[in-house]
Amino acid sequence: MSEQTPPKAPRWAIWLPLALFVAFVALVMIGLYRPADRNVASTLVGKPMPEFQLPPALPGRPGLDSRQFANGSPHLVNIFASWCLPCRVEAPQLAALAKAGVPIEGISVRDTTEALQGFLAEHGDPFQRIGADDDGKVQLALGSSGVPETYVIDGKGVIRYQHIGEIRPEHIPMILDKLKEAAQ
Amino acid sequence: MSSLPVSRLPVSRLIVVIVAALGLLSVVPAMAQEEQSTAPYAYRQLEDPAKEEKAQSLMETLRCLQCQGQSIADSDAPIAGSMRSLVRERIAAGEDPEAIRSWLIERYGDYVSYAPQLTSLTWPLFAVPAFLILLAVLLLRRRFRRGGEQ
Repeated sequence: MSEQTPPKAPRWAIWLPLALFVAFVALVMIGLYRPADRNVASTLVGKPMPEFQLPPALPGRPGLDSRQFANGSPHLVNIFASWCLPCRVEAPQLAALAKAGVPIEGISVRDTTEALQGFLAEHGDPFQRIGADDDGKVQLALGSSGVPETYVIDGKGVIRYQHIGEIRPEHIPMILDKLKEAAQ
Repeated sequence: MSSLPVSRLPVSRLIVVIVAALGLLSVVPAMAQEEQSTAPYAYRQLEDPAKEEKAQSLMETLRCLQCQGQSIADSDAPIAGSMRSLVRERIAAGEDPEAIRSWLIERYGDYVSYAPQLTSLTWPLFAVPAFLILLAVLLLRRRFRRGGEQ
């Protein structure tokens, strides 16, 4: 009837839907098999430590003031809690770092004095100062999304590195390197 | 021969094993018990209903960092409690909800917010649908025109 023929597509075009489908499946498979990284990293790395003043977590011990970080030498800030199981795992590594002369400051999150005293008696106390972050505000101000987390702060009070999760024995050389970098 | 060793256990021993396993299960979470947030507004609404409503609508669009499929309004994780209190206290102090959102994004990145922001990375998300609709309109117009001529 009509002489009008639809414009002819090239022969290879018939494979196009299949190719698109295969590409889509490949994308889904890559997404499925790659282990998901559920860590939320702080975007404050490279920026100055937010200002905060935390009351002492233990009677007779100093609290933590962010102005103490800009004293010219690098610090480790360890965010921990007595209820946190990985914190028990990292306790020997913190003790080793403290023994190596690294100043470690603690921030205890949503904790109680009694529980904290029990935790430190059992697992050791590597901290110079421990600030009590009972309502978790300073944890949020630091961009920390869990415990334990450890921050490397340089002598000017700038955050140089954030370690998410417990410090395992194999992480110690890396942490010491980060501290050395922060000291320069 | 082919039966599993479990089936040879006397029933009474099996029950003991099950009870012991259940007992173990109830012990493990108890050890990981986290203190609930002691922040003042973690579980308490603001006195001013208008401000509470403002805080609520912001909290529904902020992600809990621990239980990442939930908003902080829905989550019972302690860190979500701390975040709720932060939001409510700042709203009570008269801060703009979007300022609180950007304060959190400054610390946790875009991931913390469920409301997508228009940035140099995300603009295709907004541009592609608009482009596709435009393309569809153009193609359909051409088609309808041709159909009309026949």
